[in-house]
Amino acid sequence: MLQPEAEWRAHLAEGRFMIQRSRSTGGHVFYPRVMEPGTGAEDLEWVSASGAATVHAVTIVRKKDPADSYNVVLVDLAEGPRLMSRVDGVPVDDIHIGMAVKASIVQEGDKPLLVFVPA
Amino acid sequence: MSMTNGFPRGRTVIAGASTYGIGQCPGLSAVDMAAKAALLELADAGIALSEVDALYTSAPYEALGGMELAEYLGITPRVTDCNRTGGSAFEVYVQQAALALEAGLIDCALIAYGSNPASNPPPGVGMTRQSPWEAPYKPLAPLSSYALAASRHMHLYGTTREQLAEVAVAARQWAQLNPEAAVRDPLSIEDVLKARMVSDPLTVRDCCLFNDGAAAVVMVRADRAKDCARAPVHVLGTAHAVTHREISSMPDLTVTGAAISGPQAFAQAGFKPADMDVAMLYDAFTITPILFLEDLGFCPKGEGGRFVSGGHVAPGGGLALNTNGGGLSCVHPGMYGLFLLVEATRQLRGECGERQVKDARLAVAHGNGGVLSSEATVVLGTAETL
Repeated sequence: MLQPEAEWRAHLAEGRFMIQRSRSTGGHVFYPRVMEPGTGAEDLEWVSASGAATVHAVTIVRKKDPADSYNVVLVDLAEGPRLMSRVDGVPVDDIHIGMAVKASIVQEGDKPLLVFVPA
Repeated sequence: MSMTNGFPRGRTVIAGASTYGIGQCPGLSAVDMAAKAALLELADAGIALSEVDALYTSAPYEALGGMELAEYLGITPRVTDCNRTGGSAFEVYVQQAALALEAGLIDCALIAYGSNPASNPPPGVGMTRQSPWEAPYKPLAPLSSYALAASRHMHLYGTTREQLAEVAVAARQWAQLNPEAAVRDPLSIEDVLKARMVSDPLTVRDCCLFNDGAAAVVMVRADRAKDCARAPVHVLGTAHAVTHREISSMPDLTVTGAAISGPQAFAQAGFKPADMDVAMLYDAFTITPILFLEDLGFCPKGEGGRFVSGGHVAPGGGLALNTNGGGLSCVHPGMYGLFLLVEATRQLRGECGERQVKDARLAVAHGNGGVLSSEATVVLGTAETL
């Protein structure tokens, strides 16, 4: 039986960023679920995401100490789906809409986390 | 589906409306406050509690709040709803109550809400789960979601922080005319721009209040309202659209479900946005009324920032927007939608004193829930608009 979130996390833990794709419609799906939104197609398979993405929207959460401020972005994957993430490896004020980024998997605490870095 | 779709235009009315405990309301529970507002509003209408046979509420921390309020009031409603479309729930209730009244399923609908987060801090455990797809990135909820939409609007349309600030300043100027508004000290564009940045591009002054307040309205069929104490306010059109739950799934960050609900509600009403004397558009953040002005059709997409500029939505401007001072300067106890309906009703009854819009006959109340997720529009009019 398909276990969407658990399978996605298992892939991530092994260093793979996977997304779902419908065999019949060809549409890519993220976040993982049991059907393609809109069509209801249930013939979803896991495919490797290219990791290529573009920053669609950005906000900086400001903290008292500017060093603690961090970014939250929405990125558009090359395959189509949009997701929330953050951009690492660049000062927060340099992140801009339209910026090309690529996926990266980092350890955050004891868990793997999907982030993006400048392409 | 036709745009007018058989909605019973004008055949149901808001017969009573009230607020209670705006600002600070210590010592009471949320349900105490909802009950106080309900009694005030029934007295306003001249309707007895025993006549109420439908109950619509959205309790702040009690998932089963509909049953809780029925028990508290000591009534046995035939319809009870405690829907979970956030701040838009109350505009949705107007739609549902109008249809149930028209069908003869019910005769008297009470819509009530109370919440006092300022004086009675919320319990640690909320009623909404954190999204596993967003929470790891620590967005401020719900602020960062609105900030992301604002960033996109600025990018696409050149909307500026000054234009966002215009919304906060106009709301404050309206609040200064409303004795009930919680925050009435002067506010300038410069003050907003210099305020502490919380989640770019939104400062603390771009954000709504989080204070105490309760509100209630009662709805009956228009024929019943002939015996009521106050001039009835007719429900001319209502429509609702849900597009997503979390911001990462919003189909288009700069187009809300108001682009669906607005045209439908105006078609039912037989009026255009330009006909509205008063616009009560949910202002959780300064970006929200800008989006709704566009999506409801007050101005073209992308023009909202320019529309609000130069004091256009402030007292004396071209459009009377959020005349109570809004969620930004009057009251926002978590789910603000019912206060929009109360202020629209008061304006159409000519009760607003210094902030009264002259000869107001038509008003639109637009509720927003979640993170631009649920949008519900209600068009209201006086008897002469039928």
